[in-house]
Amino acid sequence: MTTSGEPEPLKGVAQTQPSIRVKGRSLTADAFYRLSRNRAAIIGAIIIILNILAALLAPLIVPKAFDDASFKDSNGTPTWVTKLFPNMKPIEEGGYVKVRNNYLLGADGLGRDLLSRIVYGARVSLAVGIVTPVISLTVGLLVGLIAGYNGGWIDNLLMRFVDIMFAFPTYLLIILLMAVFRLGSSAHEPGSPIYALSQLDAAVGGLLFIFIGIGITSWMSDSRLVRGQVLSVRQNDYVLAAYALGAPTSRIILRHILPNIFGPLIIAETLAIPAYIGYEAFLSFIGLGVNPPTPSWGGMIAEGAPRIQSFPNQALFPALALFVLMFAFNFLGDGLRDAFDPTLRGRE
Amino acid sequence: MARFILRRILWMLLVLFAISFITFGLMRAIPGGPFTGEKRLPAETLAALNAKYHLDQPLYIQYLTFIRDIVIPRVTTGEQSNYLDHEYLINISLPLGDRATLRWMNFGPTYSTIGRTVSDIFRENLPISMQLGFLAFFLSVVSGIPLGIISALRRNTLVDYAAMGVAVLGVSVPVIILAPVLQYLFGVQLKWLPISGWGKLQQVILPAFALGVANSALVARLTRASLLQVLSQDYIRTARAKGLPERRVVVGHALKNGLIPIVTVLGPTLAYLLCGTFIVETIFGIPGMGKFFVTSVTGRDYQVIMGTVLLLATFLVIANAVVDIVYIMLDPRIRQE
Repeated sequence: MTTSGEPEPLKGVAQTQPSIRVKGRSLTADAFYRLSRNRAAIIGAIIIILNILAALLAPLIVPKAFDDASFKDSNGTPTWVTKLFPNMKPIEEGGYVKVRNNYLLGADGLGRDLLSRIVYGARVSLAVGIVTPVISLTVGLLVGLIAGYNGGWIDNLLMRFVDIMFAFPTYLLIILLMAVFRLGSSAHEPGSPIYALSQLDAAVGGLLFIFIGIGITSWMSDSRLVRGQVLSVRQNDYVLAAYALGAPTSRIILRHILPNIFGPLIIAETLAIPAYIGYEAFLSFIGLGVNPPTPSWGGMIAEGAPRIQSFPNQALFPALALFVLMFAFNFLGDGLRDAFDPTLRGRE
Repeated sequence: MARFILRRILWMLLVLFAISFITFGLMRAIPGGPFTGEKRLPAETLAALNAKYHLDQPLYIQYLTFIRDIVIPRVTTGEQSNYLDHEYLINISLPLGDRATLRWMNFGPTYSTIGRTVSDIFRENLPISMQLGFLAFFLSVVSGIPLGIISALRRNTLVDYAAMGVAVLGVSVPVIILAPVLQYLFGVQLKWLPISGWGKLQQVILPAFALGVANSALVARLTRASLLQVLSQDYIRTARAKGLPERRVVVGHALKNGLIPIVTVLGPTLAYLLCGTFIVETIFGIPGMGKFFVTSVTGRDYQVIMGTVLLLATFLVIANAVVDIVYIMLDPRIRQE
């Protein structure tokens, strides 16, 4: 391990020379050290933190409310944007674009400020990027633990179910689930569980169903990972010892098995975050995402894409925001994996 | 091997059956029906429509009818309406006289257009998606694999960093972003290619590229990772130690094993690409299968939902089975198990 700042023990001599001391460092500390040396991962982390700050402070930083529509400014565009996209000629120069310099990135077709909507859109993408992994992790962990710990027919049944879910086309399953949750949710009578859920969902702008929809379509690989790890960890003597000492199952799982499998799970989920954010953008694109007028980057791209010839800024700016965030999560996820994956050690 | 394949096929059928069951359940859990749209229909009309499409029958009968119509082939003879040709996906004239025709796989009607069936949709819209998807797949394989190999062989050089930088970019850019950007860049700004439409060769390029980039990047990253893993194996050291030229070490020993994980990913990818994608087809105005994945659900077009889900699921399970078999052929270690 040459990454250590401590003096290196001499090769072959170290064991017989107790005078040379190397300060120990835990595996996790080692991994974080490596992560901190990974420039791409750090840049990713900084971008994510900035996004979180923007999302939290959105009401303080945006110039206008995200649903403040003023028709006389519809499709208004600031001068710098008309210069950036040469085909957007202002009316004054014989073109078609209304120049409105009080909109920093321009206004959409309803005259709502693009910048404000993009900043608020970060809330949706980040919420999906943070909450969905928790749901998917929880379900995957439960199924994997039950299957791996019990073994036998329970294991068999659960794993065959996972196989079937894997063969289910994910996007179609999400669309179907969202349709069940969303379409005519008013059709449910008050008092039914779906009604209560849809009230809760409406209160958070439609995010709840998105979390659930994406979460329960993406837990399968986690459950496989957990099951495999449980099966291998179970073979270890310390689990047998704990069992022999009369430790209850819950304690064996919580104290002896979970800590061993948490690392790979977190990494797998971090790597999956861009996909979750992409699912949300897709759902909003097809109109099954967040409730309007809550802005979502996917929904903004869907609104902007058909008018890309006349007003490219309306699709491309939210696309840029989505791109930067997904890029950041990818960098961070890759960095985490490289830092924690022992097979990559000592090869750099 | 034969036993393995047989077991695989049985399992595939079971999976498809389960998927059809889950889909049917979810689909009927969506509130409303195909004829409860914006216009309120008079109660008698609604009842007549539901009766016409057998939607008034108990759910389990509807499900069993659906499965029966697809699974069980039938032979029709004599004077017959040519609507049958539309209903069934496969119609083969038998040389038995009396216009005997073997018919198989009736996916039922679509409620959105009178007289049109799901089989019609498969016949007319699916080939368009398949052409586009195949081109995208081809693009991603011929660009991704060489890029990954070069990166792995020139590990930690500028070439590697550049290639993997581009690959991370490609993986991070979903089509929902890439499609409008490509449209703007090559369609609006440079005016090299048409923005949308279908039928001319130039119109295929942008959407195929938009679909292919993410896969290409994924394939490149996988190829690199897998090849690096293989290159550190003992048998590669042995091959080098016995004096094999580096070329033969890479081509003969490393690549053959290094490509196995990529096959796993390519199978399902091809299945997805061939069945069409909603976003690319919507943004580029391509009349493929993609839109039915969404419009069928939002319109409660039950038979179309079942048809499209089963189509994609069938492609997926076949792809996965083929991957498994290719695996066995490529890796003798698995064969022994």
